[in-house]
Amino acid sequence: MSVLEGWEAVIGIEVHVELLTQSKMFCGCKVGFGDEPNMNVCPTCLGLPGALPVPNRTAIEWISKIGMALNCEISETSVFHRKNYFYADLPKNYQISQFDIPVCHDGFLDVAVDGDTVRIGIERAHQEEDTGKSLHMGEGGRIHAATETLLDFNRSGVPLVEIVSKPDIRTAAQARAYAQELRNVILELDVSDAKLEEGSMRFDANISVRQEGAPEFGTKVEIKNMNSFRSLERAVAYEIERQVDEITSGGTVIQETRHWDEEAGVTHGMRTKEGSSDYRYFTEPDLVPIVIDATWQAEIRQSLPELPAERRARYADLGLDPHLAGVLAGADADLRAVFDHAVDAGADAKAAAIWITGEVTAWLRREDTAPGDSPLTGEWLAALVAMVSDSKVSASAAKDVLDGVMRGEGAPEAVAEGRDLIQISDAGAIAAAVDEVLAANPDAVERYQAGEQKVVGFLVGQVMRATQGKAEPKLVNELLREKLS
Amino acid sequence: MPIDIDIAHVARLARLALTEEELEGYRRQLGDILEHAAHVQDLDTSSVTPTAHPLGFVNAFRDDEVCPSLERAEVLAAAPEAREGYFVVPPALEGS
Repeated sequence: MSVLEGWEAVIGIEVHVELLTQSKMFCGCKVGFGDEPNMNVCPTCLGLPGALPVPNRTAIEWISKIGMALNCEISETSVFHRKNYFYADLPKNYQISQFDIPVCHDGFLDVAVDGDTVRIGIERAHQEEDTGKSLHMGEGGRIHAATETLLDFNRSGVPLVEIVSKPDIRTAAQARAYAQELRNVILELDVSDAKLEEGSMRFDANISVRQEGAPEFGTKVEIKNMNSFRSLERAVAYEIERQVDEITSGGTVIQETRHWDEEAGVTHGMRTKEGSSDYRYFTEPDLVPIVIDATWQAEIRQSLPELPAERRARYADLGLDPHLAGVLAGADADLRAVFDHAVDAGADAKAAAIWITGEVTAWLRREDTAPGDSPLTGEWLAALVAMVSDSKVSASAAKDVLDGVMRGEGAPEAVAEGRDLIQISDAGAIAAAVDEVLAANPDAVERYQAGEQKVVGFLVGQVMRATQGKAEPKLVNELLREKLS
Repeated sequence: MPIDIDIAHVARLARLALTEEELEGYRRQLGDILEHAAHVQDLDTSSVTPTAHPLGFVNAFRDDEVCPSLERAEVLAAAPEAREGYFVVPPALEGS
């Protein structure tokens, strides 16, 4: 990475999210992934002459929710524009989108990267419609060798929200963290399934480089075709290095769109050059303005759930360290509810969080069980945590108790008794076992008295064995040392 | 003042194959339109409320409800070529 010494990358990310409404943005056709081709189409989403679009009210509420979650200002009045271009998957030859007055503008998203929090500005979030899907047929499915194109318009007109960041991102790791945090927010809002592999969430990155401290931005290159967070991070890292190489070896960076090739791990120029003016934006005459007044905004704001950043802050307030708070905030909603109830029931937050993110999650994965199907309640988790801290069960026995609870054997106390896991913390009972062990191992006693301290470990083990592992280790240790000295 | 227009570029964006003569005619007409727009821009509109649409109302929405779509056979019958439920078109290359 030494070539990058003294250079700074300036990165902005555009994210497209398909809203999972029942019906499309401007017509009543079903929104569905994986249906037979061209089953969900009508004159509007096929772009037939004379068809008129009517906006979906729910989509407008959902983009507002997205904007609010991203700390954006919501435009009281916004308008739709036509973005004109020719492509086979866009049968009207224009996409209904927004231009100078988007629904949402000027927000930010706080992103945790390597223990630091970075604030990434949000330029805007605007409402548009998705295009159809093209399948390029021919040799090996490669676009340049295609002999024909097949079109499916099921996706045409699906509500699409484009979220544009400010050029505040500086590293590939930040780019990835931003995209991941944005996805978490979208999922929390429950407005999209945001599946990268199915294309319901897609991202493009605008990247330029400049020498550290330079006031001007360098020439910007747009990178497309990243289908995972990993490929986004790789593509950005590759492109930063490519641009620095280009400049330091005496060349120049050209403004262009480049395609990320996942297998080769490189970007290729696509030789497309389109300026905003080439899209000849003009206001969509078929649609009247959208007015989201203060009353409507307040209603929408009321429906916002707790967002990932708010949740992490709440967990931190409960005493969890940032890492644990982050892991728990990303846990399944049912598990988080168990945690919250456990804390309400008086459980130590850190202990409860470690159970949820550790043993409980591992058990569910091992047994291939959905979190919602487990009988574990917050009260029971609190009881389990208390049993460990009160030394009623040993740490390892507690895992057995959890296993019993998860298998439906009842409350932790009942499981611990049923499985005979209650620790013996009665000093008298343990003392009897200690006496027996000392009597049976005179040589060990002699070695200890000769100064071999570590033999205590062996004797503790013997007592634990004699009590089937149920004696409280701390008490055993104390009693042994007492009797040996 | 005549406004400089790259009329060939404008024609290309609209996918119009125009003759030299037609290009010249449209350059003149578009120029007149732009000049007129420039005059309008000279007006003092500081006391005029911006208008996005000639109709005087806003928020024409529909509820998020699924309505029946068209019959696929009927839709594809209107296309020059179709196969296995898809429309078939000449190869569409990105950026061409």
